[in-house]
Amino acid sequence: MLENYIPIILVLVIAAIFAGAIIASSRIFGPKRPSKAKVMPYESGKNPIGAARQRFSVKYYLVAMLFIIFDIEVIYVYPWGVEFKNLLNSHGMFAFWPMFIFLVVLELGFLYIFKKGGLKWD
Amino acid sequence: MNQSTFLQILPFIILSAGIVVAILVEIFTTKGKALLPAFFSVLFLANSLLSLAQINVSSNLYQMLALGGKAAFFNFIFSIGALIAVMSSVNYVKKYGANFGEYYILLASSVLGMMLMAGALDLFVVFLGLEVMSINFYILAGINRKKKTANEASLKYFLLGAFATGFVVYGIGLIYGSAGNTNLNFIINNFTRLLKMPLFVIGLGLFFVGFSFKIAAFPFHMWVPDVYQGAATSVTGLMSTIGKAAAFSVLIFAISPVTFNGAEHIFRPYFATLAILSTLYASIVAIAQTNLKRMLAYSSIVHAGYMSIGLAAGNVYSVAGIIFYLAAYTFMNLGAFGVIAIVEDENDGKTDLKAFAGLHKKNPMLAGFMALFMFALAGIPPLAGFFGKYYVFVGAIKQNLLYLALVGITASLISVYFYLRVVVYMYFKDEEEDFEIKTDYPGMFAVLVSGIFVLIFGVFPSILMKLITSVLR
Amino acid sequence: MSLNVILFFVLALIAAVSSVMMITRRQAVISALFLVINFFALAGIYLLLQAQFIAVVQVIVYAGAIMVLFLFVIMLINTETEEKFLERAKSFKIFAIAIALLVFAEMAYAILHAHPSALLPKISENVSNGTIQSVGKALYTDYVVPFEAAGFLLLSATIGALILAKKKFD
Repeated sequence: MLENYIPIILVLVIAAIFAGAIIASSRIFGPKRPSKAKVMPYESGKNPIGAARQRFSVKYYLVAMLFIIFDIEVIYVYPWGVEFKNLLNSHGMFAFWPMFIFLVVLELGFLYIFKKGGLKWD
Repeated sequence: MNQSTFLQILPFIILSAGIVVAILVEIFTTKGKALLPAFFSVLFLANSLLSLAQINVSSNLYQMLALGGKAAFFNFIFSIGALIAVMSSVNYVKKYGANFGEYYILLASSVLGMMLMAGALDLFVVFLGLEVMSINFYILAGINRKKKTANEASLKYFLLGAFATGFVVYGIGLIYGSAGNTNLNFIINNFTRLLKMPLFVIGLGLFFVGFSFKIAAFPFHMWVPDVYQGAATSVTGLMSTIGKAAAFSVLIFAISPVTFNGAEHIFRPYFATLAILSTLYASIVAIAQTNLKRMLAYSSIVHAGYMSIGLAAGNVYSVAGIIFYLAAYTFMNLGAFGVIAIVEDENDGKTDLKAFAGLHKKNPMLAGFMALFMFALAGIPPLAGFFGKYYVFVGAIKQNLLYLALVGITASLISVYFYLRVVVYMYFKDEEEDFEIKTDYPGMFAVLVSGIFVLIFGVFPSILMKLITSVLR
Repeated sequence: MSLNVILFFVLALIAAVSSVMMITRRQAVISALFLVINFFALAGIYLLLQAQFIAVVQVIVYAGAIMVLFLFVIMLINTETEEKFLERAKSFKIFAIAIALLVFAEMAYAILHAHPSALLPKISENVSNGTIQSVGKALYTDYVVPFEAAGFLLLSATIGALILAKKKFD
């Protein structure tokens, strides 16, 4: 069972080592001659204005919330897709309709935000 | 699925299809939203009749949803209550500044959640029903974002409500962990065995604590006054009546099968404490309130206390009494909030006692109905509120819980003061502020319907009581 | 020691350390990033418990979406006033510690004392309860009522998000 995950673990370990090594090597081998202009926070080549921590508009939050809602929707679809063939064999079209209704309800929500301009950046 | 099952889930299908259609109307038409109140009124009326017709047939859907019987009776109350709330919203939301089609869509969705709660046979359905109801209430409470009080109400309600839901979910988790099943019937059948497991007891306790928040009983009442005052009056009417009824329906469904089988005392310490604290505390604090919405918020805590007396007694009489009380309370309170919604002005003002001074001369009909609801809430015979209390207290006395009945009666005597004060202001004081009350026909209709139900249930309580005892068997 | 046990201890260590780091950081953004690590470690533990579906949900929803929301919240609020508030509210710390201890005691009890309930079916060696197939089988047949209810819950949430957060809502 767990043996199936060894490749994934390997990938994770290699990725961690690789990323760590890159950062460490630039720390170790790179020259360090700091000056005032160099340690200044980078802001597209201009001199920084004000503090980095500013309050963002709630618009971003709306996008994040909509993202979560549809993310959760996808979670529901995922096991259905995996199990659909077996369900179709054992339950016939009953395997199809619950998900159909679920998706209609949620896409209605999507249509709602779309038509109400929830995705517009005003 | 046979035909009778289909007929029984028809209310759910009608309401969900109605929500879908309403969203389509809201999206694709510009003037269609003016028709939404009428559309949902018809839906709720159809649902209430359908539920009433299904009361004597009981079955279930996949062991998840109880159909007919108690669930159908609660669905009847929810549908009628929602109908009245929609009626009193029509003109109110216009002056409140929330005349969106979404208002009615969210209202209908919250009712869908309540119907799921009342029919829940599985802890999953309990949780999802609770969330569908609560999420819609949070949004409805803050639907007008320009009002600071509404924002405060929405945020407070959301934070404390989410906290309470957390308790419920943790409780469900522990219950599932010890029972290995989320089916309510399974848990009830194995109740005595499960009760020996400490984790099950903790889980049950957390579950009850979470629901005590939702029914607004004393130690868990902090959100009630601010939320009830800050939210739109029509929304407050909705969540204080059928929202409370939905939370009680879950408690009744979970508790009554256990207590009816000779274990009345198991939940008594908890609910008796709730009852004593809620009734005495809130009835005393309510005396100091001058804002009517705030006063009714405390009165709602008192009523939750009376109903908890029924849960503490736990016999058939008292549980039937709670259900009667919930039905009666729904109409009295919706009526009272309906009157406030008509009197209230554009800026949330005119909800003080002062605004009601001399209402009798300004609008005798409105004052008459308000007096009727106040008498009913105070429990003066022969109105619906009296018989609600009567049945619950008699149930407690039959269980040898005289002290609970006495506490309830003491609290009722205290509350007479603040209910009758409204009547005194309306009839025996001269008006202090000169303002005009706009005629609001749908709102008046809602008040009228509530008033008729309060009178019918008060004069002929046996009609309703027969129905309730038949579903409890 | 089997691979399972070694992996469990590694993951548990990561989870514990990252959660301690999370609550001790002063910068809220850094706390949030430690929370991501914690979520990943938990997902690994779920995998060890044969709960593949929960593990996937943990990564996609919690480590993905919820964390995005957390970061947005941190950016939305004025963290400086929050920090001042926390300095004033020292007594909250005692309360928080008490609650944490209570939950810890409860969990320790659950793990040490509560023997698997007699009502539970015996768990066989190769459990398949947590696989995506078995979740799918239950969710779309026996649990179809709560499933559709969840659809309506998400619909309300969508509408509510727009009503409460859209800048110009008519």
